[in-house]
Amino acid sequence: MPKIGVFVCWCGSNIAGTVDVEAVSEAMKTVPGVVFSTNYQYMCSAAGQKMIADAIHEYHLDGIVVASCSPRMHENTFRKTAQAAGLNPYMVEIANIREQCSWIHKDKEEGTRKAIVLAKAAVAKLLHNQPLQAGTSAVTKRCLVIGGGIAGIQTALDVANAGYEVDIVEQRPTIGGRMAQLDKTFPTLDCSACILTPKMVEAAQNEKIRIISYAKVEKVEGFVGNFRATIRKKARFIDENKCTGCSLCMQKCPSKKGRDEFNMEMNNRPAIYIPFAQAIPNVAVIDPEQCIKLKSGKCGLCEKVCSAGAINYQQKDELLEREYGAIVVATGFRPMDPSPLNELGYAENKDVITSLELERLMNAAGPTKGTLLRPSDLKHPREIVFIQCVGSRCDENTNRGKPYCSKICCMYTAKHAMLIRDKYPDTNVHVFYIDVRTPGKNFDEFYRRAVEQYGVDYIKGMVGKVAREGDKLMVRGSDLINNRQVEIAADLVVLATAIEPDPSARSIGTMLTASMDTNDFFTEAHAKLRPVESPTAGIFLSGVAQGPKDVPETVAQASAAASKVIGLLAKDHLVTNPCVALSDELLCNGCSQCEKVCPYGAITYENREVRGPGVREVRRVARVNPAVCQGCGACTVTCPSGAMDLKGFTNQQIMAEVDAICL
Amino acid sequence: MDQNTRFLTETVLRISGVDPRKCMKCGKCSGTCPNYDAMEYHPHQFVSMVENGLIEQLMNSNAVYLCLGCMACVERCPRHVAPGKLVGALAQLKLRKQDGNHKGGNDIAAMADEKVPQQLLMAAMRKYRK
Amino acid sequence: MSVSNTGWTPKIVAFCCNWCSYAGADLAGSGRMQYPADVKIIRVPCSCRVNPLFILRAFERGADGVIICGCHPGDCHYTSGNYYARRRMTMLFSLLDYLGIERGRTRVEWVSAAEGAKFAKTMNEFVETVYTLGENRKLRDIRCRK
Repeated sequence: MPKIGVFVCWCGSNIAGTVDVEAVSEAMKTVPGVVFSTNYQYMCSAAGQKMIADAIHEYHLDGIVVASCSPRMHENTFRKTAQAAGLNPYMVEIANIREQCSWIHKDKEEGTRKAIVLAKAAVAKLLHNQPLQAGTSAVTKRCLVIGGGIAGIQTALDVANAGYEVDIVEQRPTIGGRMAQLDKTFPTLDCSACILTPKMVEAAQNEKIRIISYAKVEKVEGFVGNFRATIRKKARFIDENKCTGCSLCMQKCPSKKGRDEFNMEMNNRPAIYIPFAQAIPNVAVIDPEQCIKLKSGKCGLCEKVCSAGAINYQQKDELLEREYGAIVVATGFRPMDPSPLNELGYAENKDVITSLELERLMNAAGPTKGTLLRPSDLKHPREIVFIQCVGSRCDENTNRGKPYCSKICCMYTAKHAMLIRDKYPDTNVHVFYIDVRTPGKNFDEFYRRAVEQYGVDYIKGMVGKVAREGDKLMVRGSDLINNRQVEIAADLVVLATAIEPDPSARSIGTMLTASMDTNDFFTEAHAKLRPVESPTAGIFLSGVAQGPKDVPETVAQASAAASKVIGLLAKDHLVTNPCVALSDELLCNGCSQCEKVCPYGAITYENREVRGPGVREVRRVARVNPAVCQGCGACTVTCPSGAMDLKGFTNQQIMAEVDAICL
Repeated sequence: MDQNTRFLTETVLRISGVDPRKCMKCGKCSGTCPNYDAMEYHPHQFVSMVENGLIEQLMNSNAVYLCLGCMACVERCPRHVAPGKLVGALAQLKLRKQDGNHKGGNDIAAMADEKVPQQLLMAAMRKYRK
Repeated sequence: MSVSNTGWTPKIVAFCCNWCSYAGADLAGSGRMQYPADVKIIRVPCSCRVNPLFILRAFERGADGVIICGCHPGDCHYTSGNYYARRRMTMLFSLLDYLGIERGRTRVEWVSAAEGAKFAKTMNEFVETVYTLGENRKLRDIRCRK
């Protein structure tokens, strides 16, 4: 029988307060197999670890049980201790008597009883442990960034500058994302394009970065260090290598009915188009829904005018298969559609617009060339009403929007109000707000400037109804400070709509097995200490995909994600988990059940010659690839002949635990 | 809060099913109220006054009867607070107390449907009891 | 096998997946949320590692209730393990029902790593259900007979 040592930790008074540690270590001495049992104030301390190492040497222990905090906390610590003392690290079991015992019980007697049972279960399991050797797996030194907005660009640049290859996969024809659509950025009011486009160019010129635009990730297989992605590059009907971006085709194209997505569909664009002047790649794309040639076979005007010969109506979708060591999710956001909030009349009135639409209306490259004109009759608006928190901060039992605060609306509304008052001093600006939230460097000063210097009329209250009367929009809302209801005859109403994750996020999350919250934002591995990593190894989070953020925060998080990626790619090998499935060839009947349930494709079948007394035959048996197996154990339960077992969590081990707990 | 006030507050909250602590004081209800100017207390005030136990003050006001029962504030409240239900509950409380030529409290309870706000019941009663 | 009116406490085995529910149980601990000591947790890598045999074994050895906790559907660390677990347990529970082990003694619950409060609440509810059902006498082997 193996010789086992038991070490009971007091954890100061955390455990010793509710568990009689002395009684536990005494009780463990009578358990078969246990040759040494003791307790100490802090097992994880240097002195505690030395105590363990000494006991291993002195009593020639074959395995140790540490009854202490959660294995999620210190399992690795004690494994290292054991390894340093010459013991196989997988001959260590932890009995969780803090999180799952002392902290949740008040009665000391009860707590002690439970701690003894838990320690006995750990010993019972340990008696069946086998020494395990961790393997290694190689790391593909390339990173996939999904999404080419400012988050994706920043991550890609940082990773590429560290010397690793990066692919950016962007679903739209150009990178740049939402930030490219913005006019100015708060609180410094610098022009968004002026600070973003140099970064886009830098990404395009970096030889380590490959931009795969107008594409989407269709499938991801593999695991940390060894992902394999299938990317569908949609047909843009243009040879990217030939197109010079001269935009002559755009001028000649007779079909001008496509909605300009870049300008929030406020104007039309030709069927062949470059989204905006500084697009990267600066290559045209044909909208197959609008192109006359692709729909009816007649036209072909763009082909005639293109001196580079870049037009190719026969182009098909292309599938790329690429291998990656790390994947960064930077899928970003879109503004929520406010039409379901029918009292605001967004769907009926052209002059009720979202803030992102206002960004385009104020931008020099926008549909009105930078002059603020309202969409319905192209007149200068004289009375403008902003409504904040549209679709944000709603109770989940209503279907009025999102439960979270979208974080950026207070600041961009102050920015819009200020810019309008600055450019058109004869225009009155009213802002209906619930709270003005401006935590950030120079943010509150910015908001106060809007009020004090630019005379923006902030009204504490909400709008109940927006209704058209003649060419005016009658906005009725409450003014809670003055305890009255106000009615404003406005020319333009701007809704600060909630932001929501890009609709592609959910399917990407499922594909990557990266967990998401109920709002489809990606969950971080730890809310405070690991904010840029997904709980799934090898997946990192950048930008609004993880939660609402402004530009500086997005950039900061993007760089943080990049540093995590670099840390991973810098390794030549990753130590793999030795707790993987193992098939007993003598028991396997070759039924293929395990192959079907394996989510990683780690199980293959091969023909093996079996020789035994009186037996000599070729059998079809399962074989597990330990580098691919992640150790979930789905196959072990499926196996009808009991050939499949999971190292570290064998049937015997778990049964022994069950017995120890129940009997 | 004295015992009577506490009792009244709890009763109002119980029959209306409203949790005033969910209110984020945005003023959507008052912005949306079509009879705002006629009422001396406004929808958002109902919520905070009930929370602070000023029930008798509300019950003695005409605002309780001036509510049109249009349910716009119930419909549009982003926090699922529904001030209109409070108005309904307060009026119901008042009617129960007077115990006059109308349905008694028990009758109303039997008619109540969880999905129908108290307010609707109130509006119907006000209209048809003559 | 007499049930003492005073001393009986249920034996409850909880299988928790390493990634969500075990972390959820730890979080319940960090939050000092109380639940009965009758619950003893066994850590498994995934809810799909829980072989129906483990549950039968637990009842054989005198358990009064068995609960399996895994990640929420769609959130499984191993993509699809909890779906396998759900199907297997649906089958097993109806078999147990047929054998006379009440439905209340077995349960599958999804608890994420962030749901410490839900873990504690689930355990409190489950223990209470098992308490009302009383001692389980079905399937027990001879060693459990006092």
